Amino acid sequence: MTDTKAEILARIRAALGTDGGSAAPAGATAAAGTVPREYRSAGEHAPGSDVVLDLLIDRLVDYKAHVHRVPVAELPALLARLVAPTTREAPRGSVVVPHGLDGDWLSALGDDVDVRTDSRDAPLSAADLDEIDAVVTAARVAVAETGTIVLDGEPDQGRRAISLVPDVHVCVVRADQVVQTVPEAVRLLGRDPARPLTWISGPSATSDIELDRVEGVHGPRTLHVVLVS
Amino acid sequence: MSTFLGMPAARDGRGPSPQAAPGTLSGIGRPEDPLHWGASFPDAARAALDNGQLRRNLGKATSTIRAKRASVVGEVPDWEALRDAGSALKTDVMARLPELLETLERNVTARGGVVHWARDAAEANRIVAGLVRAKEADEVVKVKSMATQEIGLNEALAEEGIAAVETDLAELIVQLADDMPSHILVPAIHRNRTEIRDIFLERMADAPPDLTDVPRELAMAARAHLRRKFLSAKVAISGANFAVADTGTLAVVESEGNGRMCLTLPETLITVMGIEKLIPTFDDLEVFLQLLPRSSTGERMNPYTSMWTGVTPGDGPSEFHLVLLDNGRTKVLADEAGRSALHCIRCSACLNVCPVYERVGGHAYGSVYPGPIGAILTPQLTGEKSDLPYASTLCGACYEVCPVKIDIPSILVELRAREVALAGSSPDTADRVWKAAMKAASYAMADGGRFRRAARVPRLLRAISRNGVIRRLPFPGSLWTRSRDLMEPPKQTFRDWWAEREDGR
Repeated sequence: MTDTKAEILARIRAALGTDGGSAAPAGATAAAGTVPREYRSAGEHAPGSDVVLDLLIDRLVDYKAHVHRVPVAELPALLARLVAPTTREAPRGSVVVPHGLDGDWLSALGDDVDVRTDSRDAPLSAADLDEIDAVVTAARVAVAETGTIVLDGEPDQGRRAISLVPDVHVCVVRADQVVQTVPEAVRLLGRDPARPLTWISGPSATSDIELDRVEGVHGPRTLHVVLVS
Repeated sequence: MSTFLGMPAARDGRGPSPQAAPGTLSGIGRPEDPLHWGASFPDAARAALDNGQLRRNLGKATSTIRAKRASVVGEVPDWEALRDAGSALKTDVMARLPELLETLERNVTARGGVVHWARDAAEANRIVAGLVRAKEADEVVKVKSMATQEIGLNEALAEEGIAAVETDLAELIVQLADDMPSHILVPAIHRNRTEIRDIFLERMADAPPDLTDVPRELAMAARAHLRRKFLSAKVAISGANFAVADTGTLAVVESEGNGRMCLTLPETLITVMGIEKLIPTFDDLEVFLQLLPRSSTGERMNPYTSMWTGVTPGDGPSEFHLVLLDNGRTKVLADEAGRSALHCIRCSACLNVCPVYERVGGHAYGSVYPGPIGAILTPQLTGEKSDLPYASTLCGACYEVCPVKIDIPSILVELRAREVALAGSSPDTADRVWKAAMKAASYAMADGGRFRRAARVPRLLRAISRNGVIRRLPFPGSLWTRSRDLMEPPKQTFRDWWAEREDGR
């Protein structure tokens, strides 16, 4: 143990009166382990139910995210449309995908879109990613009440950098991944807490200038959420 | 227009030099001690009250954010239960701090991180500067962090020839203007869009010359300016909103994506965190991730929250250092009456509802922690004599909105009593500060809702009575109790008694 660490811990114990030098103050240790948890640990609606999906859509639209709801059969066509080049000045588009993404999802992509695959073993550089228009990922879980999507870095979601640097993020969420409340999501993520987690609630935004909200600063300026059922 | 911003700032010779503010753009300069700078509270408050532009900026901002907060808090059916849990969790953390810190260290280390301990600001700055030098970097990108503000890290790094680039939009504005933050959450709240455009045009080399003052255009100019730095930075420095002891997970809550850039792209990440930022278990995040965004920005959830646990090979930084900072926190912890100030999760809701803050702004408090929480935290952290506990009307609004139920008014009363007892009192100073606060908040008495809250004062007095008698009141009441005792006030105010009586009919 370093001297500094020992000194700080000694200061804390002295402050709490648990250093043996004086009697422990009443309440200091008695307080431990008595956390009231009367708050809701889950919502009243089942994950993936219509009420929960409608709530998520309402919250996402409020954040200025673009929401699409499709049956799984129509997913490839929708993704092709979302990542297609949009301007005459840039006749070719580009998209990066994590190596574990379901290959069928990209089956309808046009010839005018370059697809780059990224993985922890073969990562693209930040400069490479800066040249790519869009990213398509899956998600781990979504929270309806707060309009939040969480990525946990697994092979279908990829390294954190790929969903950060490109300007358009298309995130595919299965209906059964949508829970109502924050505690439901935290407990699910807590099964693998060491995974790098990114909680996303709408596109990047700032309210730093006169509290006027501006969507799109450093993260992707456009967020598409595709709800698949 | 900027009488306040240009105000002479020397206090005990430790403030920035008065000539730090030649034009309207320049701020108040970077003080030597981020916890104690500028003019005394009454002088600064008076100057602020004379600054119409500042008051308009602040009034608009605080009323907007108050309304947003009230709306999103109102839609949470179990808000009070979440506050109770948050408060109890923080109490539990303080009681078990040594054990939880060692658990955190063990878990961060097991996942490839390196934990450092710093007794004070100078030690933390030395550690960080040494880590940056070891990477041979002369520039670092920074995520907005109160802890690094508190220790003056940027200035310490500058002395070592290392440029620290603030990447949060408001922090960038403050840094470019050679200013100090005036709010915990929105540090440039004292600047309006025109001032910000002028700061960018003069101080940001790559700002488009035809830049207007439309917020979107200003944000895009900042995006372009910082993009290159994000893509090339070797080292990033952040704070932390939460650290989970039982998993070693760190969390940063943000909006713009500058945090994600810093936490993800550079090879080395250094996080500086106060030792009180711990929470016991991963599941406890479910409480704080509901309390913080709604209290802070008035959003259901902030746009981005990043969580990382040590190092993940192939994803994000390959080297992670965590600096655990004391810097006065153990002094606060030793104070049974005041230790709950350490429960603060830096949401800044108390600033936005405070009638004094709304009128005088953040700079008047002379600390990186302004407003009600600053008035109790700053003097406890420094252990110095302070007039800040008087910079309040004790209206109680701060307690009502605090997501972890810190009883700020009671602590203010306790600190006042102690100032008087220990320092032998300085009635003149206390009187001046109290009057400045009351002047700023004089409109409270013209408003029924605020006046009801002011009626909380008698209940606070009960807290300091012994056997129903108050022998020593905090100033200005001490002038009365110097020669006589005061009977403890009744448990109920007349207003409350009347309301109850009417309800019962």
